Amino acid sequence: MRGILGGRVYDPANGIDGEVRDIWMRDGRIVPADEIDPQGAETFDATGLVVMPGGVDIHSHIVGAKVNVGRKLRPEDHRGSERERRGGYWSGSGYTVPTTHLTGYLYAEMGYTTVMEAATAPLVARHTHEEFADLPIVDKGAFITMGNNHFLMRAIKEGRREEARDYVAWLLRASKGYAIKIVNPGGVENWKWGGNVEELDDEVIGFEVTPRQILETLGWINDELGLPHVPHIHGINLGRGRSGRTTVESIRALNGRRAHLCHLQFLSYRAGKGAMHLSDAASVAEAVNTASNLTVDVGQLVFGPATTMTSDGPLQHNLHKTMGGRWVNDDVESETGGGIVPVTYEPTNPINSVMWLTGLELFLLIDDPWRVSLTTDHPNAGVFVHYPQVIKLLMDSAYRAEMFAGIHRRARKGALLPELEREYSLYDIAIVTRAGPARSLGLRNKGHLGPGADADATVYEEKADKEEMFARPRYVFKDGGLVVRDGELVAAPQGRTLHVAPAYDSAIEERIREHFREAYTVSFDNYSVSEEELGRNETVPCDA
Amino acid sequence: MSVEFRLITGRTREQAIGLHKGKASQPYLDATHQVEMSGEDMSRVGIDEGARVRLRTPAGSGEFVVREGDLPPGLLFVPMGAAANELIGADTAGTGMPSFKGQPVEVEPA
Amino acid sequence: MTTHEDVTCTFCGCLCDDISVEVEDGDIAAVKRVCANGRGVFAEHCSDARRPTVGGREVDFDEAIAEAARILDQADSPLIYGLSSSATEGQRKAVELADVLGAVVDTTSSVCHGPTGLALQEIGEPSCTLGEVRNRADLIVFWGCNPSASHVRHFGRYSVTAKGTLTPRGRQDRTVYVADVRPTGTSKTADHFLQLRVGSDYEVLSTLRLLVRGESVSAEEVGGVSVAELGELAERMKSCRFGVAFMGMGLTMSAGRNVNVAELFSLVAELNDHTRFSVIPMRGHGNVAGSDQVLTWLSGYPFAVSYARGYPQFGPGEFTAVDMLARGEADAALILASDPVAHFPRAAAERLAAIPTIVLDPCENLTAGVARVVFPTATYGVDAVGTAYRMDNVAIRLRAVLPTERPTDEQVLEAIIQALPKRAAQLEAVK
Repeated sequence: MRGILGGRVYDPANGIDGEVRDIWMRDGRIVPADEIDPQGAETFDATGLVVMPGGVDIHSHIVGAKVNVGRKLRPEDHRGSERERRGGYWSGSGYTVPTTHLTGYLYAEMGYTTVMEAATAPLVARHTHEEFADLPIVDKGAFITMGNNHFLMRAIKEGRREEARDYVAWLLRASKGYAIKIVNPGGVENWKWGGNVEELDDEVIGFEVTPRQILETLGWINDELGLPHVPHIHGINLGRGRSGRTTVESIRALNGRRAHLCHLQFLSYRAGKGAMHLSDAASVAEAVNTASNLTVDVGQLVFGPATTMTSDGPLQHNLHKTMGGRWVNDDVESETGGGIVPVTYEPTNPINSVMWLTGLELFLLIDDPWRVSLTTDHPNAGVFVHYPQVIKLLMDSAYRAEMFAGIHRRARKGALLPELEREYSLYDIAIVTRAGPARSLGLRNKGHLGPGADADATVYEEKADKEEMFARPRYVFKDGGLVVRDGELVAAPQGRTLHVAPAYDSAIEERIREHFREAYTVSFDNYSVSEEELGRNETVPCDA
Repeated sequence: MSVEFRLITGRTREQAIGLHKGKASQPYLDATHQVEMSGEDMSRVGIDEGARVRLRTPAGSGEFVVREGDLPPGLLFVPMGAAANELIGADTAGTGMPSFKGQPVEVEPA
Repeated sequence: MTTHEDVTCTFCGCLCDDISVEVEDGDIAAVKRVCANGRGVFAEHCSDARRPTVGGREVDFDEAIAEAARILDQADSPLIYGLSSSATEGQRKAVELADVLGAVVDTTSSVCHGPTGLALQEIGEPSCTLGEVRNRADLIVFWGCNPSASHVRHFGRYSVTAKGTLTPRGRQDRTVYVADVRPTGTSKTADHFLQLRVGSDYEVLSTLRLLVRGESVSAEEVGGVSVAELGELAERMKSCRFGVAFMGMGLTMSAGRNVNVAELFSLVAELNDHTRFSVIPMRGHGNVAGSDQVLTWLSGYPFAVSYARGYPQFGPGEFTAVDMLARGEADAALILASDPVAHFPRAAAERLAAIPTIVLDPCENLTAGVARVVFPTATYGVDAVGTAYRMDNVAIRLRAVLPTERPTDEQVLEAIIQALPKRAAQLEAVK
């Protein structure tokens, strides 16, 4: 048994707001009060320190086909961002796209213990799981892209919703995925014809379905299957001046059904003069505030290098044409697509400046912190190691004002941000970095420190400079074991792969088999990732 | 008389099939010790199908059996393998890749 | 008799996963659907229990491990090379060994598509999976590659004659171009053959780029090909529905190397202003794509990685195996699942005979013939399960059709790592 004693605990899921408490851990779990036995226990003095559950990242691109092409594409990203081998810990490299071990180490050293890989095409899910096996410490899961899936779109077109539902259940099991991911529904399929979608009622070429129907059906399926998370949606028009409007329309289209809108910053603009975008955070936040069915994450922009990578193929081609640099595209048969474009965000760039303030406006205008998660859509809008800087921007309005003064004047003009004086408290931060994302993900044992919870905890030294405070925890515990002391790694155990196994009518398999013969280049019987391939893993139960 | 050619090396089915039998096996050795040459060049050099020629580059030399191949004049093809590699230099122009294709080579009857 | 269906053949980057293998009395009795190149993977498999050798003498496993560990531990500049015919399980351990040792690790990519990797770093890579080719491609270009000899079932499963959702008539629904310096089995199946002068790929590709951009070209002929013919190809490329270029060693091994490939990648990228176009490198060995993937997720770089400084550094021309060996910089080598003595220029191959070399391979090869320590290992996909990446980077699970009687690459490499005094010292240092 281990104890973290005398710390000020921020555990919003259990309503604990900075009260001094002892936290006891045993066998990877938080110990209930009546089972505490301090005899022979190892204890950590947390007097004067801040104790929170381990951080939970609801949306980050950390492994898999796209991330690895990103690594391959960018040797210049790795040089100067290396880590030497030390003891049994692997060496590594990479700033925006770190190697697998380094990714696990960096998350743990920042106090994070659970990270969700945001987009995996089912055909290449095996690759994602192979990299998970080399990504230590954190627990992780993969969201499976389905918004442009041929089998699904055909079932929707033909009105066979139950078949679509059974297929989704089969696909999640086959890919050992955690949640339904939707990326630019219909738009990625149209990109395979050189096009895209711009409105919710545009038609998907060859399927006679619309983005609206795809959203509605996958929303229904998610509830039918009782998946722990909700459909994780990257909507249409990302990065465009009309994205704020179509985001609000998408929220209406969901019609009260539960969903998560990811990296909302990228989808909250209105058109300005010429090519200029302006923040549409006010209308989007208003729509989110009135839709209690929704959670969101922000995808806050951080100035500096980034690598944009997404299943949204047409978006990436457009960005490539705008930037003029390197471009990776990857169309995946019958399922999805993807692209990669390296970028550097500069405060001297007016559009980058607008992106930066749009994210902050969303954080400050969405009233309920339980429905907002802190992300940078790593490595799209910024690298995850800068979460402490984002925390400082939220907690410290003077710092925010100082940074605001340094962005491009065209972005400052008429901006709402300077009027927003709200400052996040430590309790709020514990919600948007832990309790909120865990609740949205349906991870009942994570994001809190109540009895029975996973013993993932982070201990910080309180400092006036919140960036410093959150960058270097005093202690990080994973499954009840110490993994980081004074910001340095002391152990690197393997975390779990979290996946779901929804039930379905196996009659669907014959139809899927037929689809494979028609359209795939991999045998049906070689497609599924088996549990033996996963290593340490946990099936998170469904409610259905 | 020696005549200068360009040499390319590469996979053939016979080489691939011979490979599985082991690189000391006769099928593999036969498959990798031959050079394809255009009929025009064969007359020019004055050699017949099945003749032995010596190929020479700055890196080394070796003997190969001539086969008439569908090649443009001036181009020779040798299946990839240890025999061909006697002729390939180790300079990679800073890439790691030697000049497996396009190497200047001289041909003389063996 | 047992019949195993959906077995994957690991010979080439096609990773055909529809092979049927009949096993009778513990041996392979029949193989169906496999091509002539791949048949030997099953028909000539080496699976019998066999002991490792040190200096040509059969020894116990532990003795061979101890000798391998001693060689690597004492080396100042060890080279770990090959990887491409192993499964990712073996590849991961090879990279871990390099990290622990401070070794250089390089793969057969450096003598096949290493230059393609350099072009990717410069340009990016608009690509797609092979199913998109099967289902959509109405224009296919093979540039400097000859799948009829190297990837025999490529046409039928993925490209020229494959029937897909938008290409129900297969061959009739596609136009096929081949660009090569000589007629090949592939060019004979094509609608159009551009016969290039050797070494002129770059000129021809840059002319095509100009023509695609609508610029006028005053020359009548470039690299042995008429500009009118190139103009026709440029128009077809711009007006097709979904075009795919497959490229091979004709570009990477010829003068210009990565510059040739970068020109093709740029052409393909620019074609996406007009229609959809992709490029797919024709990866040779069954899991060479996997070696790129594994090395990249573990080190950040796809080949030519040195851990000598304690962290990964990328250096084609420096940390590539041919250069390391020909310059005499490697003082010990571990060769995993490849045969550099057969496939390297003589100067590099000779170095392997001069230094203590360790070989892990299912079959006897020329490198084993000069090696100090030889581990006969299991064959992933025949008598061991594992994972491999197809040429389009789709990971495929390899089945085992025979019981394993030998250690896998992963097991041998792990045992070497455990036996390294260097590793013990590293662990001790952080206690």
